[in-house]
Amino acid sequence: MSAGTPPLSTPPKPQAKALNCPQCGAAITLRALGHAETVVCESCHSILDAKDPNLQILQKFEAITGGDRPLIPLGTRGKLRGTDYEVIGFQRRSIKVEGISYHWHEYVLFNPYKAIRYLTEYNGHWNDLSVCKDLPITQFASANYLGEVYKHFQSSDATTDYVLGEFPWQVRVGEHAAVVEYVKPPRVLSAEKSANEVTWSVGEYIYGADIWKSFNLPGSAPEAVGVYENQPSPVSEMSKAFWGAFLAFAIFLLMLMAGFDLISNKGTAFESSYRLNAGEPKGEASFVTDVFNLEGRTSNVEVTTSASVDNSWIYLNYALINQDTEQAWDFGREVSYYHGYDSDGSWSEGGQKNTVIIPSIPPGHYYLRIEPEVDPTHPPIAYSVQVKRDVPVLGFFGIAFLALLLPAIAITWRSISFERARWAESDHPPMQIHMDNSED
Amino acid sequence: MTQPVSNCPNCGAKIVFQWSSSVQTVCQYCKSILVRTDVDLKKVGQVADLPPDSSPIQLNTEGIYRNKAFVVGGRILYEYDQGGWNEWHITMNDGASAWLSDAQNEYAISFASTTTGLPSATQVEVGQQYNWNNQNYTVSVITPAHYRGVEGELPFQYWDKTDVTFADLRSQTGKFATLDFSDDQPALYLGEFVEFDDLKLKNLRSFEGW
Repeated sequence: MSAGTPPLSTPPKPQAKALNCPQCGAAITLRALGHAETVVCESCHSILDAKDPNLQILQKFEAITGGDRPLIPLGTRGKLRGTDYEVIGFQRRSIKVEGISYHWHEYVLFNPYKAIRYLTEYNGHWNDLSVCKDLPITQFASANYLGEVYKHFQSSDATTDYVLGEFPWQVRVGEHAAVVEYVKPPRVLSAEKSANEVTWSVGEYIYGADIWKSFNLPGSAPEAVGVYENQPSPVSEMSKAFWGAFLAFAIFLLMLMAGFDLISNKGTAFESSYRLNAGEPKGEASFVTDVFNLEGRTSNVEVTTSASVDNSWIYLNYALINQDTEQAWDFGREVSYYHGYDSDGSWSEGGQKNTVIIPSIPPGHYYLRIEPEVDPTHPPIAYSVQVKRDVPVLGFFGIAFLALLLPAIAITWRSISFERARWAESDHPPMQIHMDNSED
Repeated sequence: MTQPVSNCPNCGAKIVFQWSSSVQTVCQYCKSILVRTDVDLKKVGQVADLPPDSSPIQLNTEGIYRNKAFVVGGRILYEYDQGGWNEWHITMNDGASAWLSDAQNEYAISFASTTTGLPSATQVEVGQQYNWNNQNYTVSVITPAHYRGVEGELPFQYWDKTDVTFADLRSQTGKFATLDFSDDQPALYLGEFVEFDDLKLKNLRSFEGW
């Protein structure tokens, strides 16, 4: 650069001009330097031309909406996404749906170097919006923006009810704009159509508490009421986490099961078949088996009783007795199988097999004492007894599986309810479940 | 680098062209609009004081676009019924000429296109689609604007305008195009929206309190 560079033309200094409202004489502060197109007198609410040195009145405001003050006072500065912004404008807009008016608030955020941003607030739900640089592609009931699909939420006609402060565009009370909104929580895509322009903006949900922190506001943010269109579902993430945990645990359980299955010897320790003649005197029915060996660690024992019962029953009183310590485990099993036909068709009850697991049997030499009972009128019944050592208990895994599945299902149910509440406010409400009686 | 030096035919101040291809400049002292001829500078007009403006960019602001440094050499200021915007003429370090437009702090960089067969101002309508350089553009807004003034060096003669019409086109990929109907022949500029932070601008205006 040569030394002969002419001096720069001095840029006009930001003018903190002492301006007065031509309507009521109140002092007017201009915050957004040359950016403001209109400014609203805070005292009489006349809309003034911010570009006109005499602040020509553009619109006199007649019906002042009492009590509707901005929650973030004009002139407040805060840091949003790394940039300092000053609140310079505030407006209240409303839509009418089925005769009911809903209103929300918009705040204009200014930084002399960056593009204008907006904050919107509805019932304690906040969004941070900026103008889209890309043009979204609209399809039937959806819009594609930067490769993401947003679902159509609502089309409405928004009216400007009330304005305060400065706006970078020509704002008027009573102005209408067709607003079409698409959502992909936590983001919202909104198209505002005025006479000759469509403006797309993209917003992201912000929690009130974060706004309060950003702008260092006193007190706490008003509580959010209901579910907002692009509010991130607090449970959908949790639901994902739960299902992820569930999957991880299920895999872990399966591996554990496989592991137990591998280390279990499942060997048959004893097996024998008997025949019971009901006609024999009862006293002779009790007998003991040969001694068999239960090996390995202290573990369970599975006793399976199979009997050729057919519309009959057999009951066996068992005792598993340790030959070395004389310790006995008593248990009784019934094998019964009944079947037939009735007016509802064929039926059956029970089966020809019964299995029981006796837990925590130390290793040693054992025998069984068996005392079978049958209907004395019954023809002889053949039955067999099988003893297996160290069988994997899958039922325990089933319980663990259910214990994990239930909260995951509960969370998913909550997530579905949240989405229903979200879409209930849209143009596409989910089918209503009517609790009242339709016969009324 | 030797830069052509002349004197203002109106006030005698030294006029230095930063960019050798500049056709027009404005004397910093007397605000005369000067156009280069083969031998000297000719005064063709006078810039009225520019309205106080809010752009953070000024002459000699430097930045980086696509790994190339650029410097701001001049500008055209426009106004329309919803505000004003600046078209800053920038010179890339490879000598290329481009425009950095600043519309209420939304920034875009564009280059003059040599595409022919452009539509006329009366043919353009909002919603129409055009394809230039294998890129689809949709007309998003047609802006009747007022020329408000010039500053610094420009690559062509541009002054003495009143009402001009622009058509802005957008793509679905962040590209943008402007059809400029301020001359007899429409001019097309193709470019893209850029983020303030990405331009790494230096020599910006400072604002009191910010």
